[in-house]
Amino acid sequence: MKKDIFKIAGKSLKSRLIIGTGKYKSFLETAKAVEASGASIVTVAVRRVNILDKKKPLLSDYIDPKKIIFLPNTAGCFTSEEALRTLRLAREMGGWKLVKLEVIGDKKTLYPNMIETIKSTKILVKEGFKVMVYCTDDPLLAKKLEDNGASAIMPLASPIGSGLGLQNKVNISLIIKQSKVPVIVDAGIGTASDATIAMELGCDGVLINSAIAKAKKPTLMAKAFRDAVISGRNSYLAGRMGKNYFATASSPTKGLI
Amino acid sequence: MAKIQLNGKKVVIKSKYSILDLLKKYDLVNKKIAVEHNGVIVPKVFFKKKYLKNNDKLEIVHFIGGG
Repeated sequence: MKKDIFKIAGKSLKSRLIIGTGKYKSFLETAKAVEASGASIVTVAVRRVNILDKKKPLLSDYIDPKKIIFLPNTAGCFTSEEALRTLRLAREMGGWKLVKLEVIGDKKTLYPNMIETIKSTKILVKEGFKVMVYCTDDPLLAKKLEDNGASAIMPLASPIGSGLGLQNKVNISLIIKQSKVPVIVDAGIGTASDATIAMELGCDGVLINSAIAKAKKPTLMAKAFRDAVISGRNSYLAGRMGKNYFATASSPTKGLI
Repeated sequence: MAKIQLNGKKVVIKSKYSILDLLKKYDLVNKKIAVEHNGVIVPKVFFKKKYLKNNDKLEIVHFIGGG
């Protein structure tokens, strides 16, 4: 059997699960969840240093960027300019070229502004960034992102932090079928089985934050997601049976007494 | 003496004060940070040579948890 390799922007990754590092109670809890999840990539946000508190611990004290890939995001950016500024600063911090672009269009739904997103993707690709793009589940717009050089397409399952799971399987399937770059479902996954469903559809990976961070036991949920993603992938590769309206007996009728 | 704006807060610094001096003051040398000086990103190699003037706007950012 051909080895199942997951690659983003030419880089092979051990895990198809990417996890966010926001909303945890402490950095220790974050680090434990990251370890239990087996994720190779974690997303991080770029923010001002708190100059009033010199002793404040840093995320990088708990998660080693040499072992786990930090994927800088543009959460909270509402315009292309803000997103570009954030990612250029992130690149300056440590040579990060692999980034997650998200340009938000609405405060209440955190729905992506695709016009600004496409505009930003073009510029970032030109500047040499490898851009993973948070987007709507519209196949036409997803194609547009790919045509403009996106390294991964990241359609939402449902609104960020909603936990509503995969709401539009048809659109996600259409995006998977047409895309040559990895498709990673981002946002809205509520529990481990949601991730399995996404993986069974043929997604290349999933990105989870709230579903783990907001679970009663985040470390255990991180482990559940690790297994769910592996199971979903295996199930996809195995190829499910066909569906029938009527029963088909599992035991042979031949030799029946 | 010079007054600068650092991460949105007014800070008073000595004259002939470089970005590196400022980073030393806040224990940020060799940390994973990036500096923006009056809207322009300053590469690390220039931290020592870049002196701060009155009314300069400085942003120092780092990575925090985020989804």
